Amino acid sequence: MRTYLLPEYIVERDDLKCTRCKICIEQCTYGVHYYNAAKNIIESRSERCVNCLRCVLFCPVNAITVRRNLNAYRENYHWTYEFIASIKRQAELGSALLSGMGCDRPYLTFWDKLLLNACQVTNPPIDPIREPIEIRTYLGRKPKILEFKTGDGDIELETKIAPDLCAETPILFAAMSYGAVNLNVHEALARAAVECGTYFNCGEGGLHPNLYKYSEHIIVQVASGRFGVDLKYLNAGAAIEIKIGQGAKPGIGGHLPGEKVSKDIAAVRMIPAGTDALSPAPHHDIYSIEDLRQLIYALKEATEYTKPVAVKIAAVHNSAAIASGIARAGADIIVLDGVRGATGAAPKIIRDNVGIPIELAIASVDQRLREEGIRNEVSLIASGGIRNSADVVKAIALGADAVYIGTAALIAMGCTLCQRCYTGKCSWGIATTDPEISKRLNPEDAYKRVVNLVRAWNIEIKEMLGAMGMDSIESLRGNREQLRGVGLTDRELKILGVKMAGE
Amino acid sequence: MYAKSKQISHHHNDDKIFSSCALFGMINLTGVRFTSREPLRAISSMRERGNGLGGGFAIYGIYPDFKDLYAFHAMYMNLKSKERAEKILMRDFRILLSEEIPTKGSNKLPNPPIFWRYFLEPEPSKIKDEYVDSDEYVVKRVRKINIGVKGAYIISSGKNMGVFKGIGFPEDIADFFYLDEYEGYMWVCHARFPTNTPGWWGGAHPFNILDWSVAHNGELSSYGVNRRYLEMQGYKCTMWTDTEVLAYAFDLLARRHRIPIKLIAKILAPPYWEEIDSMEIKERLMFTALRKVYGSLMMNGPFSIIVAHHGEMIGLTDRKKLRPLTAGIKGDFLYISSEEAAIRLISPKLDKIIRPSGGEMIIGRIKSPQSLEVPPLIRREHI
Ligand code: SF4
Ligand code: SF4
Repeated sequence: MRTYLLPEYIVERDDLKCTRCKICIEQCTYGVHYYNAAKNIIESRSERCVNCLRCVLFCPVNAITVRRNLNAYRENYHWTYEFIASIKRQAELGSALLSGMGCDRPYLTFWDKLLLNACQVTNPPIDPIREPIEIRTYLGRKPKILEFKTGDGDIELETKIAPDLCAETPILFAAMSYGAVNLNVHEALARAAVECGTYFNCGEGGLHPNLYKYSEHIIVQVASGRFGVDLKYLNAGAAIEIKIGQGAKPGIGGHLPGEKVSKDIAAVRMIPAGTDALSPAPHHDIYSIEDLRQLIYALKEATEYTKPVAVKIAAVHNSAAIASGIARAGADIIVLDGVRGATGAAPKIIRDNVGIPIELAIASVDQRLREEGIRNEVSLIASGGIRNSADVVKAIALGADAVYIGTAALIAMGCTLCQRCYTGKCSWGIATTDPEISKRLNPEDAYKRVVNLVRAWNIEIKEMLGAMGMDSIESLRGNREQLRGVGLTDRELKILGVKMAGE
Repeated sequence: MYAKSKQISHHHNDDKIFSSCALFGMINLTGVRFTSREPLRAISSMRERGNGLGGGFAIYGIYPDFKDLYAFHAMYMNLKSKERAEKILMRDFRILLSEEIPTKGSNKLPNPPIFWRYFLEPEPSKIKDEYVDSDEYVVKRVRKINIGVKGAYIISSGKNMGVFKGIGFPEDIADFFYLDEYEGYMWVCHARFPTNTPGWWGGAHPFNILDWSVAHNGELSSYGVNRRYLEMQGYKCTMWTDTEVLAYAFDLLARRHRIPIKLIAKILAPPYWEEIDSMEIKERLMFTALRKVYGSLMMNGPFSIIVAHHGEMIGLTDRKKLRPLTAGIKGDFLYISSEEAAIRLISPKLDKIIRPSGGEMIIGRIKSPQSLEVPPLIRREHI
């Protein structure tokens, strides 16, 4: 069938600069560039370009420009390029469209409507270069009250604290499965977690044997497909996370196509090589909250109550009630993944239309747990679209204990957010399991970039805390007095629990 | 006189009222009662630290004749609020004496509310039905009046003690309430410098619940989280001040959770993780647990406080010591003050002067002078 799709991007090459080195041909995994021997020039098939910018950055003479196609459909407020192109593509394919990364639609980003406070006159800001500012974060279940035994002058703690996680930063690395990304990415994140004193969630595809040595800093995930789950795996992690859903595709299972299931991945996932790895939409042993409780306790039994158990859900309309149920079902940590949360592959229509913004979800869950008097007993991790350290600070001020970053960590490694992760051809060597392309991601280099990112954000978080006059992150947690809204409606402000700027 | 009383309340709907202050506390460790003369001289000497928009006193041991009854000091903005509050008091308590607190009508203080005091005990039949101890019973009622009855505030509710406070310099307040006619074994005094005008009577310190009183100088950046944590525990913050939050924190930790007082200091002003990490295992686990469980009650930002309850006076600053605090001992007296000069003014030849470092607590406990604890200086390497 002849395609009626307009090329989205146009690749231009300055032929005067081009040395015919063919690096672009080698680097492009989508087959855009080719050598025309007859004319001795490099040419491009623009219609294949996804704007991953790999060639642009690797061309030694900066000869390549990728720009949006100026040929556009007639302007139409309602029928934008996005909708017309999707229809044409579906008319040709007859299938649901896939996409990668998180929702890119222009829904309001509340982070950009929230501003932070700083000290002036009545109390002094604290200078992080001269004074310690603490960002260590413990995640796990906490008792309501501590009990002590006091004998002759001696005080002894009687209450036992349940096992928990101790992160030296409120930033953790979000679940990305082996299969969705390759071993180099996993290794880079695991090593970065060790170096930063934080945790890396290995996702639902099991844990490669080479990475067990980092397991003190790894959270192992148990999802509906149960890939790679055995006693050794459960006991390896510092914590176990039950994945109920994720922000990019709430209510939807996962599908790793057989082509991506190499021998190695098959072995780690404990399935035959070359078969599709299907994660059902629900856990087929969890049809209600009491079933979740059973799974939580099954995992705790299996690991002899030595590890905290987290439950991850996509932020949806009634997250507050669901989160309260999860806390009561025995989870030690609740993970909320907002509508901007990313994925290796999801139906585009789901990614773009299902779920709610993480900011509102944090606010309503934190508030609900407080109303029920149980907020301090569980930890809350927010995830999905955290873009910089200010987003982290705002998330914590709204009520989260910590955040997961996924997309940001990948961007640090090289990802350009081209959203083609589902093709398995990621030119940056991230969302691919092709052994050749995977080599592009050097774990040594990638790990350094991620460590640098966390280090930079830690410094900024301390700067912001110090400016607010706080020397410890626990004083920020749920401290909505430090936030003010701009350009929000009364109702939005009410749900966020913050005042309008100027109030 | 009552007709003139205007409803002075919280005008600007600020998050909270900022203020800087002077603190002075004095306790006779053998329990001998003394007059207002010395504490008043000392607090008045720190006039620079107040601006005449708030002053107050908590005096312990003032009602020996009624020492087994709860003494309620009530502040009413108008007669209507008095009527409504008294309805609750009469229903839930057996009131043995109800009288106006003598005040000077001619005093220059602006718009004074009505001050009343009650000596009472929980209505026996009602308390039996509720299965709570009498303290909890009292706290519930105080909360009910302070939140539910507009313009009525129970400003102190302990036994054999009372709080006197309002808008003015401490000496004006002392004059207004004829404080020269009272005697106590422990005085906690406060002068305020609120940044909003006009100050309001309810916002003055000390803040009290049961026999816990707090006088405070500081500005808590953690107010938002302290407040939300306490609200989760059933407290309602009605006074918009950091001090209220501190008083409730003491009530929760000391009375309801029975945390030893030494450790309460370590909750409000905890050691740094670096210090905790280098402790012996048992201590390390204890201090780590304190920060994990009570992190929301860490008072972050500059503060110095004097906390008092029967038989005990405590001084504490934030862990960076961003507000001043000094203590002195002379004979049976322990003094805690924002400034050393105020102590020297009334007791020039001290036996001992203590300048606690950040997060260290000074405790003066009656009848056993040895119990005056000065924790060892904690060395802190800054990163
Ligand atoms: S990488 Fe640049 S210089 Fe090399 S062939 Fe491509 S366009 Fe030409
Ligand atoms: S991971 Fe690769 S394919 Fe996915 S968005 Fe980033 S660059 Fe594109």
